[in-house]
Amino acid sequence: MPYEDLKSRLAEAAYVASGDLAMALYLALTLGRPLLLEGPAGVGKTEVAKTLAAIQDTRLIRLQCYEGLDAGQAIYEWNYQRQLLALRAGGHGDGHASERAVFTEEYLLRRPLLEAITQPEPPVLLIDEVDRADEAFEAFLLEILAEHQVTVPELGTIRATARPHVILTANGTRELSDALRRRCLYTHIDYPDRETELAILARRAPDLAPALARQIVHVVQALRREDLEKTPGIAEMLDWAAALGGLGLNDLSEDPARVQATLVCLLKTAADRDAVPPEVMARLVGRAA
Amino acid sequence: MRPTRFPSRADGPGDRVAGFVAHLRLNGFRLGPGDTGDALAALAAVDAADPAEARAALKVTLVPDRDRWEGFDALYDAYWYNAGATRERTAQAPHIRTQTARPTLWRPHLDGPQTDGGDGDSDDTRQPDVPAEDDETEADGTDGRLIATRTQNLAKRDLRALTDEADRRAAEAAALRLARALRDRLSRRRRAATRGRALDMRRVLRASLATGGEPIRLFRRHRPDRPMQLHVLCDVSGSMTLHARVFLAFVKGLVGAADTTEAYLFHTRLMRVTPALRDHDTLRAAGRLSLMAQGFGGGTDIAGALAAFTAQSGRALGSRSLVLILSDGYCAGAPDALGTALAALARRAGRLVWLTPVPPAADGAVARHMAAVRPRVHGLYRAASVADLAALEPEFACL
Repeated sequence: MPYEDLKSRLAEAAYVASGDLAMALYLALTLGRPLLLEGPAGVGKTEVAKTLAAIQDTRLIRLQCYEGLDAGQAIYEWNYQRQLLALRAGGHGDGHASERAVFTEEYLLRRPLLEAITQPEPPVLLIDEVDRADEAFEAFLLEILAEHQVTVPELGTIRATARPHVILTANGTRELSDALRRRCLYTHIDYPDRETELAILARRAPDLAPALARQIVHVVQALRREDLEKTPGIAEMLDWAAALGGLGLNDLSEDPARVQATLVCLLKTAADRDAVPPEVMARLVGRAA
Repeated sequence: MRPTRFPSRADGPGDRVAGFVAHLRLNGFRLGPGDTGDALAALAAVDAADPAEARAALKVTLVPDRDRWEGFDALYDAYWYNAGATRERTAQAPHIRTQTARPTLWRPHLDGPQTDGGDGDSDDTRQPDVPAEDDETEADGTDGRLIATRTQNLAKRDLRALTDEADRRAAEAAALRLARALRDRLSRRRRAATRGRALDMRRVLRASLATGGEPIRLFRRHRPDRPMQLHVLCDVSGSMTLHARVFLAFVKGLVGAADTTEAYLFHTRLMRVTPALRDHDTLRAAGRLSLMAQGFGGGTDIAGALAAFTAQSGRALGSRSLVLILSDGYCAGAPDALGTALAALARRAGRLVWLTPVPPAADGAVARHMAAVRPRVHGLYRAASVADLAALEPEFACL
């Protein structure tokens, strides 16, 4: 599907993508290259992969990275308990026969990376927060992304039946290696501007009154310019909108105490709560009105 | 904007895209011939006649990180639209600036008389930061100043004069203890071992095949100790002269404690001194160090030195790296520049620790610099003497 098509289908699936992001996704799909998304927390990096899987109508396979992630958890592991049981139960004859019996695909536990390359249809593989894993993990990730095959010593090489659409996300916990960056297409996603955020809110919460939606977006955009520890992302903005909608408010200035109470959706640290007392909030709401 | 007219000898789109990649390369992008191929493939996949699509396609294909993401559009316009961006302007891109900055280092020494009149800019930032002693030589006129500065530097450069045997030994011993305190951290990956907490099921199972499925021989895995890698950056500018003796011995002790430790000295530029410090002949080591530390006792450019370090060794840093900076924070540059350089370093290094020999002042330039430092490092400690350094052991054990 051409590039404009992809953009409108993303929008139909309630994801408002910038031109650069739509282009990056389009090229990642057509050229078969992994796509690295960077940006602050809460701008919808993970959501991109979910939406892509939805519009492609394929599986989403997710690998959440953490420090110390190793091949046993990312690629494959033998199912030792079952192997041991099978051996103890006997019935396979001599050593060689039983070895052949327990080192088969039946006893192989597929972890996300192996699973992703052995699907009948190309899935979307989301490698989330790749900068949390250590450098050693990047090295074997590179091999799989480049060769699309996994070698299990007891079984031989498993080749990809379908090349997954790979999306990596990072938010700058540490600098990624140049080798990984070179193999990926790259897009930096930032907080959306006012119009884009309004469009997102309109897609995600269609029942909200337009006037309230404008106020919400205005206040959130103003809060992002304040000096906060955790800047509220799009997810927080949507939570807040849902909370205000659920409370049945039609205007932010109508009930300051309740609006202040709903700020738990936006401000996630004690210092940030203190930084936005009712007076500051009243000022922000006053400007939005 | 008017599109650029390319010379008629340009050989089709391939040639122009190759020219664009070369243009990006000039501006600090690390791109190879393979990337030109990727860019062409991307253009073939989109409607290349549409300016917006072509721009977006080249952007996502050729940009590797955030800094360049933001600068790409200007470079794109410069090449494809002749947007007034000439070579002079591109030469001012930040990565190039750090390289061209190096030769200006010796300007005050080499062509001192001229710089006094004309190039005020470099003189301002690179001035030695020991004001009191310079005053009288300054009064003798420009010619006299050059000679006087040289002799003064010679006197200060000789590190052998600075090493008092007992102090040196004490500092080295303190360094050794500190290095031991932080040397080993448990790895998160397991390795095969004769004794360990977890069973190595893969090996156990294979071995059990020989005994009819009975796991008789047990193999284990454990999490090995992996050394922390230490990078020490020691400030040897004029303001640090008083503390140089202790700190240099301390750095030497750290380098001696582990094979992987790297040491650097900086004033207006950064030098790697690990090989000199590994010399076990102490006198010869001091001699080699003296040769390398030419200009020792001059001004300071902490931000520039840190940026140079990040550019040089940044890729070797990881979550197991501890970067230790020994400096008083007396810096010619702006606090913002120091903050930016430290933030870039903190993103790469696992731990960042700053030791300063002076007590934190309430106001003034140093206070502003230290205010920029404090939120970006994992530890900011005061250490003026050997005793102070030794007292840091518990803090280092927690890092």
